[in-house]
Amino acid sequence: MALSEAEVRHVARLARLDLSDDDVAELAPQLSAILDYAQQVGEVAADDVEPMIHPFPVVNVVRADFPAPSLPRDQVLDGAPDVRDDRFAVPRIVAEDA
Amino acid sequence: MVTTVKDGWELVVGLEVHVELNTVTKMWCGCLTDFGDDPNTNVCAVCTGQPGSLPVVNGEAIRSAALIGLAINCSIHEVSQFHRKNYFYPDLVKNYQISQYDVPICFEGHLELEVEGSPVRVGIERLHMEEDTGKSTHLGGSGRLHGADTSLIDYNRAGVPLMEVVSHPDIRDPETAQAYVRELQGIVEALGVSDARMDQGSMRVDANVSVRHPDDELGTRTEIKNLNSVRSVGRAIAHEAARQIAVLEDGGTIRLETRHWDEGRGVTETLRVKESVTDYRYFPDPDLVPVHCPAEWVEELRASLPELPAASRARLEAAGVDPAQAAALVSTTGMLAVLDGAVAAGADARTAANWLVGDIAGQVAAAGTTFADSGITGAHLGELLALVDDGSLSNNLAKQVVEHLVADRGARTPADVAEAEGLQQVSDTGELQAIVDQVVADNPDTVATIRDGNAKAIGALVGQVMKATKGQADPRATNELLRATIDG
Amino acid sequence: MTADLLTSSAADLAARMTARDVSAREVVDAHLDRIEATDGDGTGDRHVHAFLAVVADTARRHADDVDQRRVTGRDLGPLAGVPLALKDLITMRGAPTTVGSRILDGWVPPYDATVTERLRAADVIVLGKTNMDEFAMGSSTENSAFGPTRNPWDLGRVPGGSSGGSAAAVAACQAPLAVGTDTGGSIRQPAALCGLVGGKPTYGTVSRYGLVAFASSLDQAGPMARTVTDAALLQTVLMGHDPRDSTSIDPESVGQPYPDLLAHLDDGVEGLRIGVVTELQGEGYEPAVLAAFQASLDRFEALGAEVVEASLPHAPYGLPAYYLVAPSEASSNLARFDGVRYGLRVDAPTAEEMNAATRGQGFGPEVRRRIMIGTHALSSGYYAAYYAQASKVRRLIAQDFESAFGTVDVLVSPTSPTVAFALGDKTADPLAMYLNDVATVPASLAGVPAVSVPNGIDDAGLPIGLQVMGPLLGDDRCYRVARALEADLDLDLIARGPHALDAPA
Ligand SMILES: [Mg+2]
Ligand SMILES: [Zn+2]
Repeated sequence: MALSEAEVRHVARLARLDLSDDDVAELAPQLSAILDYAQQVGEVAADDVEPMIHPFPVVNVVRADFPAPSLPRDQVLDGAPDVRDDRFAVPRIVAEDA
Repeated sequence: MVTTVKDGWELVVGLEVHVELNTVTKMWCGCLTDFGDDPNTNVCAVCTGQPGSLPVVNGEAIRSAALIGLAINCSIHEVSQFHRKNYFYPDLVKNYQISQYDVPICFEGHLELEVEGSPVRVGIERLHMEEDTGKSTHLGGSGRLHGADTSLIDYNRAGVPLMEVVSHPDIRDPETAQAYVRELQGIVEALGVSDARMDQGSMRVDANVSVRHPDDELGTRTEIKNLNSVRSVGRAIAHEAARQIAVLEDGGTIRLETRHWDEGRGVTETLRVKESVTDYRYFPDPDLVPVHCPAEWVEELRASLPELPAASRARLEAAGVDPAQAAALVSTTGMLAVLDGAVAAGADARTAANWLVGDIAGQVAAAGTTFADSGITGAHLGELLALVDDGSLSNNLAKQVVEHLVADRGARTPADVAEAEGLQQVSDTGELQAIVDQVVADNPDTVATIRDGNAKAIGALVGQVMKATKGQADPRATNELLRATIDG
Repeated sequence: MTADLLTSSAADLAARMTARDVSAREVVDAHLDRIEATDGDGTGDRHVHAFLAVVADTARRHADDVDQRRVTGRDLGPLAGVPLALKDLITMRGAPTTVGSRILDGWVPPYDATVTERLRAADVIVLGKTNMDEFAMGSSTENSAFGPTRNPWDLGRVPGGSSGGSAAAVAACQAPLAVGTDTGGSIRQPAALCGLVGGKPTYGTVSRYGLVAFASSLDQAGPMARTVTDAALLQTVLMGHDPRDSTSIDPESVGQPYPDLLAHLDDGVEGLRIGVVTELQGEGYEPAVLAAFQASLDRFEALGAEVVEASLPHAPYGLPAYYLVAPSEASSNLARFDGVRYGLRVDAPTAEEMNAATRGQGFGPEVRRRIMIGTHALSSGYYAAYYAQASKVRRLIAQDFESAFGTVDVLVSPTSPTVAFALGDKTADPLAMYLNDVATVPASLAGVPAVSVPNGIDDAGLPIGLQVMGPLLGDDRCYRVARALEADLDLDLIARGPHALDAPA
């Protein structure tokens, strides 16, 4: 199935990826070719098959509600691009959380 | 009498309530849930979404979720699954929230409420487990998101276990919405799994509100956020209903949007418009394995449920307590325990309820504290009522004792207070006779009118005796002595 | 002296260190010198560029410490003092972890991966972090943001990928051991292209804690070495239940022990039933690859194994399913790289624009492609036809393996349809690149163990690999069969290559 440039832009918005017009023009045919190929999974009759999420069936893995040491704050903030008042700083947030 | 919307219109409300659990550690890591601490001190590789870190479920959170589910009459899925809800926001460390989707741990329950004296049932669609986000502080502008030029994020709250309870759109008036929230609050408190403090955000309510002409299709809904008290839940819903009706009657249309409740101005205002339903791209989280809740485990849990608010109310009413008082008692943190304590100490349930919901609640409020913090115990109340019973305290004196109990946070027993503050009733006749004789002597005219048959006038004399004894005279004894003296 | 330190197997080095005829420090220095001499910085075409970072000082300190403890008679692990190259997707304190990407620019992980902890506990000495396709997305290591790694057998060719740096390091005698990660073949394919043994363990036996996630339900770290025994020894160090990884197998709760990879390693293949996967050969496979494969089957028979045809009917759908499942998980796993908490930030007026600019410039073309594919495959309207359908096909493939292992002990196929190809050959056509994984993805999707072992050299002198696949937790069988072939072939790989580099002197 061919992916239009408009669809590519829509997906890029969902993925929060900045793409130039050239990127979009290049990606549209590439993604279409890959999806065409991936389409084949549709040839398999699998309506009654349970989707497989984990290769090895493990269940009920839980942790006791017991504290473990947190990281020293510096170690957490060291890697951050912008820190103010011991918090992670980001520019103006436009959209309220989804 | 519940608030009704304009004639010819019907209000339709569904509530989404987020309850923060009071587990010791977070949902996926061993960091403490004390998000009030210094910013970014209760964080680790997992709850800051460091590359390569992995979540492991807090077993206590699963137990708490199932407990709440059973308490709100839900069924428990034997196998449930965690999904990823994908959306970008700076306070969401992985830019996806681990939540539950098509198979939540609890589904299809209901709450039986009593609203303005009549029973109402509100259906519950589901309860699912998820994780809380970090806290953003917005600099510049109003401190609110709008107009801010920078936001600062503290991830102490990121990953705190959050339970989302979603009701069916069964609610038709603001009072029912408030009763539903209060009931849920009472239930999680009774279970001890959350502080459920709306003012502190450990319980958060979003209301989906729409209006329609009865029997029409559901109208377009708006979602109201930032409802941080039971009172605002009621006010916001009433206001939003009126607003929507006004818009529609002007021939306008309602937009699918999220609105913010401004408690101060008492209005809702647009927060953001949802052009289209957000595409969260839910899919099963491959980092987490299925949660199994075997039937026998669920039954053990059910058996361990404590008495829940509805049962408590029924028990009190059966003991003769007035329904309104029973409701107030059960919905006030700590009050039911005090009543039970007093009754255990020999007090009569109805009298104890009267005192708690009446004078004591009043004085606690006047002192600007909460009942839970008032320091008043069941033993206190039991002793106080005993003193009233055996006549050592009049109601007046007892109220003065309560004042002291509240003032010093129950540091002393009622008996000690009465003793120390000299709040004892004078019923020793000898002492009282002298005062009575004096009063009779001082008021010949009044005495005359009484002798002429105006019995009521005796009240004035009783008052004088009380005045002379600073209220400590036993009214009954005083009456008898006065009559005897005047008739004598 | 130095020469044979560089060419010895890990097992031999360990034995000689135990016998005290050589110290860990000498072994480590020899390898650090070899790296110095042969690795370069990725600019020239005369160097391997296997490493993105070398932690010489830490390595020397650790080696001295091992030597000291040995002197005090403390008995140490079977690989104590042996140097290792660690894929730069696995976190290790004190050095950056780049995952071959610009987006993690400047990030030094605040914690050690479980794999890193187990290596240290075993006194295996990490020399440095190796190059890879960005976020392990690729089959040639050309997708690294820091320049490609070159195949020591022919510097004009790729080492395979995504664990190409780990593979090249071992092939170039820069280290006797390396840890790679395998999501759809990223250990096995480069092992085949560099003439090495590479193992993808049963999913859940090696902790993913501290592996920067590509596709969580597929990722597994595993060993790369020049001999089967070395690989088995290293995997034994890596395996173990980890409570920090919910998908880690707890032998107690599943009532099945981890396999003992060494107990029957040399028992041979006599009496074993070896299934030849019909669907994983023929069209698309180079003649030399098929010839070497057939020759190996003959040897297995000669060694007393029963070689039979076996079918994985849904295997042909493995690659399409893989290229939906893996990108879907990746699109979500890579969402956290947004310029807020760590790594690169490209400034912009709003948070949303900052996220998009950072991701747009921080990720390379292949990573962006896969994020786009995965985002689309999960989006409303496409989920059922893509992600969900692929996950169903995945179960059918797992069931194919299950029924096959009802009748055979192991399954075999060529590891890669081709030998090492020239740099640049397939970069223009993403799909052509994806086809390298056709034989390796079925085992990945099913979670079953697989080992690639050298089984020949083509006319151009390039190594070829054979893949042995076993049932869940049947890793021991894979190594046993690989060992039998290795012993019987007795290819003297060090002598026959990597001839592109001056032989270790
Ligand atoms: Mg929610
Ligand atoms: Zn944490």
